[in-house]
Amino acid sequence: MTRQRKTLFDKIWDAHVVKSSEGHPDAVYIDRHFIHEVTSPQAFDGLRKRNVKVFNPSRTTATADHNVPTIDQHLPIKEALSRHQVETLRKNCKDFGVELYDLGHPYQGIVHIIGPELGLTLPGMTIVCGDSHTSTHGAFGNIAFGIGTSEVEQVLATQCVLQYRPKTMLIDISGTLSKGVVAKDIILYIISKLSASGATGYFVEYAGDAIRNLSMEARMTICNMSIEMGARGGLIAPDETTFNYIKGRKFAPQGDTFDRMVEQWRQLKSDPDAEYDEVVRFDAGDIAPMITYGTNPGMGMKVTDRIPTLNELKDITEQPSFSKSLEYMGLQPGAAILGQAVDYVFIGSCTNARIEDLRLVASMVKGKKKASNVEVWVVPGSKQVEKQAREEGLDKIFEAAGFQLRQPGCSACLGMNEDKIPAGKYCISTSNRNFEGRQGPKSRTFLASPLSAAAAAITGKVTDVRELV
Amino acid sequence: MSKEKFITLKTQAVPLPIDNIDTDQIIPARFLKATTREGFGENLFRDWRYNSDNTPKADFALNNPTYSGKILVAGKNFGCGSSREHAAWAIYDGGFRVVISSFFADIFKNNALNNALLPVQVSDAFLKKIFAAVEKNPKTEITVDLAQQKVILEDGSSEAFDINPYKKTCLMNGYDDIDYLLSLRDEIKHFELAH
Ligand code: SF4
Repeated sequence: MTRQRKTLFDKIWDAHVVKSSEGHPDAVYIDRHFIHEVTSPQAFDGLRKRNVKVFNPSRTTATADHNVPTIDQHLPIKEALSRHQVETLRKNCKDFGVELYDLGHPYQGIVHIIGPELGLTLPGMTIVCGDSHTSTHGAFGNIAFGIGTSEVEQVLATQCVLQYRPKTMLIDISGTLSKGVVAKDIILYIISKLSASGATGYFVEYAGDAIRNLSMEARMTICNMSIEMGARGGLIAPDETTFNYIKGRKFAPQGDTFDRMVEQWRQLKSDPDAEYDEVVRFDAGDIAPMITYGTNPGMGMKVTDRIPTLNELKDITEQPSFSKSLEYMGLQPGAAILGQAVDYVFIGSCTNARIEDLRLVASMVKGKKKASNVEVWVVPGSKQVEKQAREEGLDKIFEAAGFQLRQPGCSACLGMNEDKIPAGKYCISTSNRNFEGRQGPKSRTFLASPLSAAAAAITGKVTDVRELV
Repeated sequence: MSKEKFITLKTQAVPLPIDNIDTDQIIPARFLKATTREGFGENLFRDWRYNSDNTPKADFALNNPTYSGKILVAGKNFGCGSSREHAAWAIYDGGFRVVISSFFADIFKNNALNNALLPVQVSDAFLKKIFAAVEKNPKTEITVDLAQQKVILEDGSSEAFDINPYKKTCLMNGYDDIDYLLSLRDEIKHFELAH
């Protein structure tokens, strides 16, 4: 279906449809494909079985992130299965001619952090990765979404995926953010309003002056969590902030070509009065520092609120799942969460492990020490973030505060390597998922902003950052 | 590569009346280290199925001998979370061919369809009815007829479900998407040159 007044999503999609035939999903051309060690091996196996080469190796970039240790990365990986997975990625990249930023490489890091920082992620593109948080890249004004391994194989084999066009949703945030409220709070707020499935079937465009005023890194935090309300992805129209971020990055267009591209990128916006299938508006002034109390990211609230009671649930059929979730968390319906003791603080993940996040944490903890009851892990999103943090002396601040600064990877975001939160322990985390066992079997997660996590590191309990800033 | 064909299925069902079952429950990340597609069934719903000492939890439906069959019936928003196709592989490897729910997460749905696992979306009311029927008689058989796009219960009641015609053809014939895309390679080459 082509529309009269097009959204940015429609424009980019239409420009990438290779074939749209009745009864078939669209064959959509993919400009940029990222892969990692966990969701790619079976796809390469498929290519071998079919005796097919990679269609265009220059459009795929690989890194090792999900299943890598975050200490002693110069040593061989101890755990046999993890080592085998990373070695398989090496072999596959070599056999099929794909560029790999392996452990120890200056560009290695979490796949959604390195794409933007290397200038591989650009406006107007279509971008996929076998990872649901591919939505992160949408912050640059492109269509970026996660795919399964069968689709990774499709992209490797044909540089296309077969997709049905999703519906579009506009989320407008206007007004001024209050003190202590950062991008993570905005997105946790939106998800708490729309629920963990509220945007399923949609591709979201974020707009409004509160979004416009955010830095690129903050915009990435917002787009990153689009999937947590079920959306295929989220995007933000590019502007000067975007172009300034891209300028001079390693693989970005340079010189005259860059200037020419910027002229094209300026056209990347939704038409006035473009038709969306759904429009939602929020007032930035209503957003406060947020925290989740349950086992999906939709179960969030203002840090000063109390957990709903069973009777307060909108839908009575949700009661059994709600009770199960609170039981898992060891929390009571109707209880406050402020002051709840935490055992671990995890600052990391593709949501919040960029340099601005680390600076934010450092600004709060500078000259302070962590509480004695907490263990604090800071896991930078990439080698480049790690390097910059050291150059800026953030490592000294973390060290003095008693935080552990580790090496880049997904780490305790998904607990696939040895960085796991022990059973029954509470972790306040800057990551994106509070699912049961996500950070380790029986671990309990509170999702929050880097500021809130830093505050909890100092006080040892869930804290309203507005008391500290 | 052809997949198993799906036409119609009549079996008992295993009930999991829980909402928002995410992919980390279906297959926890620490079991994603394999580089093949097989063997994930062993760890399907690992942390719900086993105690920390690896003994099975008697009260979990998959461990309850009363329930069996190739149909998994689950609460709404099934498969939310990660894009890991391992979730679909684990369910398939665990012996299921159909998942019935009143709502599915997008990526999971795609992954299931790409792996001969049929996601069947029914209304909230019909889902309730299925849970009630299974609770009343765990041996009750449910028919999922893909050709007719219908779920039929033993008492004769039924509900139609939607499936995309292309995906239906793929499932009924055991085709997969790559075969179709590979047939477009020349067109894709042209597109790439002009792009
Ligand atoms: S940091 Fe977490 S959410 Fe991001 S890619 Fe890694 S595992 Fe996925």
